[in-house]
Amino acid sequence: MSFKRHVEIGRVCLISFGPDMDKLCTVVNVIDNNRVLVDGPEPVTGVHRHAINIGRLQLTDLKVKCKLNASEKELKAVWTSDGIMAKWEETSQGKKRKVRAMRASTNDFERFQIQVAKSKRSAIRKSK
Amino acid sequence: MPAVEKKIGGAKNGGSRKVETDKGPKFYAADDISPLASTGKSGKRNPAREAKSKGIAKLRSSITPGTVLILLAGRFRGRRAVFLKQLAKGLLLVSGPYCVNGIPLRRVNQAYCIATSTKVDVGGVDCKKFDDAYFAKPVTKKVKKDGKDFLKEDAKASTGPSEARAADQKAVDDAMMMGIQKVPMLAAYLKSRFSLSKGDKPHLMKY
Repeated sequence: MSFKRHVEIGRVCLISFGPDMDKLCTVVNVIDNNRVLVDGPEPVTGVHRHAINIGRLQLTDLKVKCKLNASEKELKAVWTSDGIMAKWEETSQGKKRKVRAMRASTNDFERFQIQVAKSKRSAIRKSK
Repeated sequence: MPAVEKKIGGAKNGGSRKVETDKGPKFYAADDISPLASTGKSGKRNPAREAKSKGIAKLRSSITPGTVLILLAGRFRGRRAVFLKQLAKGLLLVSGPYCVNGIPLRRVNQAYCIATSTKVDVGGVDCKKFDDAYFAKPVTKKVKKDGKDFLKEDAKASTGPSEARAADQKAVDDAMMMGIQKVPMLAAYLKSRFSLSKGDKPHLMKY
């Protein structure tokens, strides 16, 4: 077994800890064994250009074509032309996270409606 | 501050100087007096300050007429009810409405309820007649018993709600139902009880 995802220039990562938690970013440069320079790019994902510890990153299958130390402008162009955000939302993890966020944003009345819909569904399943 | 310009002699003194006519108080008060003091210099009353000194709770901004509340304490804990208005003493006037979930017109403390973001249209409800006195217990005089009647049972008066109360409740219920029936599932929602299940984090949930 070899690793399929690597910390490399252009690797799209999910930030799993800190103020930018749950946001995507792109690796632009590798600083040392522990840290990399990432850039959202900010207009697309909301992550500004900064160094981050690899422990806070979760590598994804996605990768963008970009140069070493690519500027925010270049990254933004690649992200929009390749539709990276849309690709992310199609991955199973992207979907899962979206559903989780939607579930967390429901209010009391909506939760009740979901509960009723669920019980209806299970009643149909049982009758079959 | 009103000031008067006075001429100053001497070549190097700039010719004139502004001198204040109102010198201000000779002494400053040792304690800071809040600008919100109930009666200021102008003698005007400050209702916010007065309410605070009487211990009347300020209505939470999330609670407006028609807000669905989750009651957390008392006989109806876990039930959902609709907020109608805040009474003078600070308690909240709510109603289930009675015909939906059995909660009558009732006063509740806002500290013991969760305000949800769901609103019911209560525009047609007239709750002018409801105040704290409406809900006060009727004062009954104790009758002193003499020796003969000591063991006799009192003739118990009916403890149910009076007809006038029932009529008031019905009027409010009817007006509320106009708004409730507009939204599908809302009546069923009000009828259901609130509870937490496994894995629910009440502090992170949205209401």
